[in-house]
Amino acid sequence: MVNLFHIRASLFLALAALGISSCQSNTATLPIYGQREPVEKIVDGKTITDTLYHTIPAFKFLNQDSIYITDKNYDNKVYIANFFFTHCPSICPTMNRNLLKVYEQYKDSDQVYFLSHSIDFKYDQPHVLKEYAHKLGVSNDHWNFVTGSKADIYGIANQYLVYTAEDKNAPGGYDHQGYLVLIDKQKRIRGAYDGTNDEQVAKLQKELAILLEEK
Amino acid sequence: MTKIFFLGILVSIYFLSAMSSCQSGEDIKTAQYAVNGQKIYINHCKNCHGEKGEGLGLLYPPLTDVDFLTKNRERLSCIIRNGLNEEITVAGKTFHTIMPANETLTDIDIAYVLTYITTNFGKQDKIFSLEEVQQDLINCK
Repeated sequence: MVNLFHIRASLFLALAALGISSCQSNTATLPIYGQREPVEKIVDGKTITDTLYHTIPAFKFLNQDSIYITDKNYDNKVYIANFFFTHCPSICPTMNRNLLKVYEQYKDSDQVYFLSHSIDFKYDQPHVLKEYAHKLGVSNDHWNFVTGSKADIYGIANQYLVYTAEDKNAPGGYDHQGYLVLIDKQKRIRGAYDGTNDEQVAKLQKELAILLEEK
Repeated sequence: MTKIFFLGILVSIYFLSAMSSCQSGEDIKTAQYAVNGQKIYINHCKNCHGEKGEGLGLLYPPLTDVDFLTKNRERLSCIIRNGLNEEITVAGKTFHTIMPANETLTDIDIAYVLTYITTNFGKQDKIFSLEEVQQDLINCK
C-alpha cells in the first residue's frame, strides 16, 4: 500500500514537472537587451507608463553591389548583424564560417536577413566585399556586406553593443568582438552570441527560431 | 619478493601493450608529432582552414587534397613559414587569398603541424622529420 502511494506520488510529481517545463517552453520569449527608459503616455485620458527599449538607430551604408543599404531595408525583418574585415586573420573566418551555416539554413526564406559591417574602412571597398561574399558562398542579396566611414561604422557598432577599434597591435590592425547580434522586427537587440563558439552558434539557431514565432 | 613480482607485472604489461598496438618506433614518433601538431594547428591554422581541414568556400583552400600535398611536399614548410600570395589550384578549385607568414613557428613546430596535416587530412603515414623541414626551408624561394 505504501509502495502504491509512493508510485502515485512520484507519478504526480513527474506529471507536474512535465507540465511546468512544457509551459515554459511554450511561452519562452527572448530578453530585450540594452538601456531602457520609462515614458509616460496618455491613453484614453489616463497617464500610463510605458517602456522605451534600445533600438538600432537609422543608418546608411554602401553594400557589396555599391547600393546604399539603410535601416529601411530591415523594417519589419529579423536580421543578424556582425563586424568583420576581409583580410582578418584571427576570429573572422570562424565567425563567418558559422554565420554561413545559419545563412544556408535561411537564405531562401524572406524572414531572416544578414548584415556584416566591415571595420576596415580603408581597404574593404564594395568590390573587395563583393569578391569576399562570392568566395564565401553567398549567392543572393539576403546577406549584405557593408562599408562606411569610420565614424559611422564604429558608431553603429556601439549601438549593437559590439566593441570595435583600430589597433596596430591587434592581428590585421583592428580589434573587435565576434558577436552575432540578433535583431527583431522592431530593431531591438534580442541576443548576442559568440560567433567563434559552436555551442553559442547552436543557441543562436535555437533562439532565432523562437524569435520567428513571435508576432 | 613482492617487488620482483610487481616489476614482473609491469614488464609484462609493457610487452603486452607493445604487442597489441603493433607499432614500430617510427610509428610512435609520427603519432607524437601529430599530437603536438594538432595543438599548433588549432592555434594557427584552424580559423581559416577549418577544424577538419575542409577550408572555406573559395576563400581558404582545403588541406585534404592528397594530390596537392604530395606534389608540393617540398614547398609546404616554406608556405607555412613565409605565407603565400599566388594563385593555386587545390581540389579542382582556384584560390588566391593571401596567407600570412607564421614567423613565430620554429622548425620543429612546422614538422609537428605538417605531420598532423598530412597524416590526418592527407591520409598519409610518413612523418615530416625536423631534418626534412630544415632542408626544405633552405630551399625557400
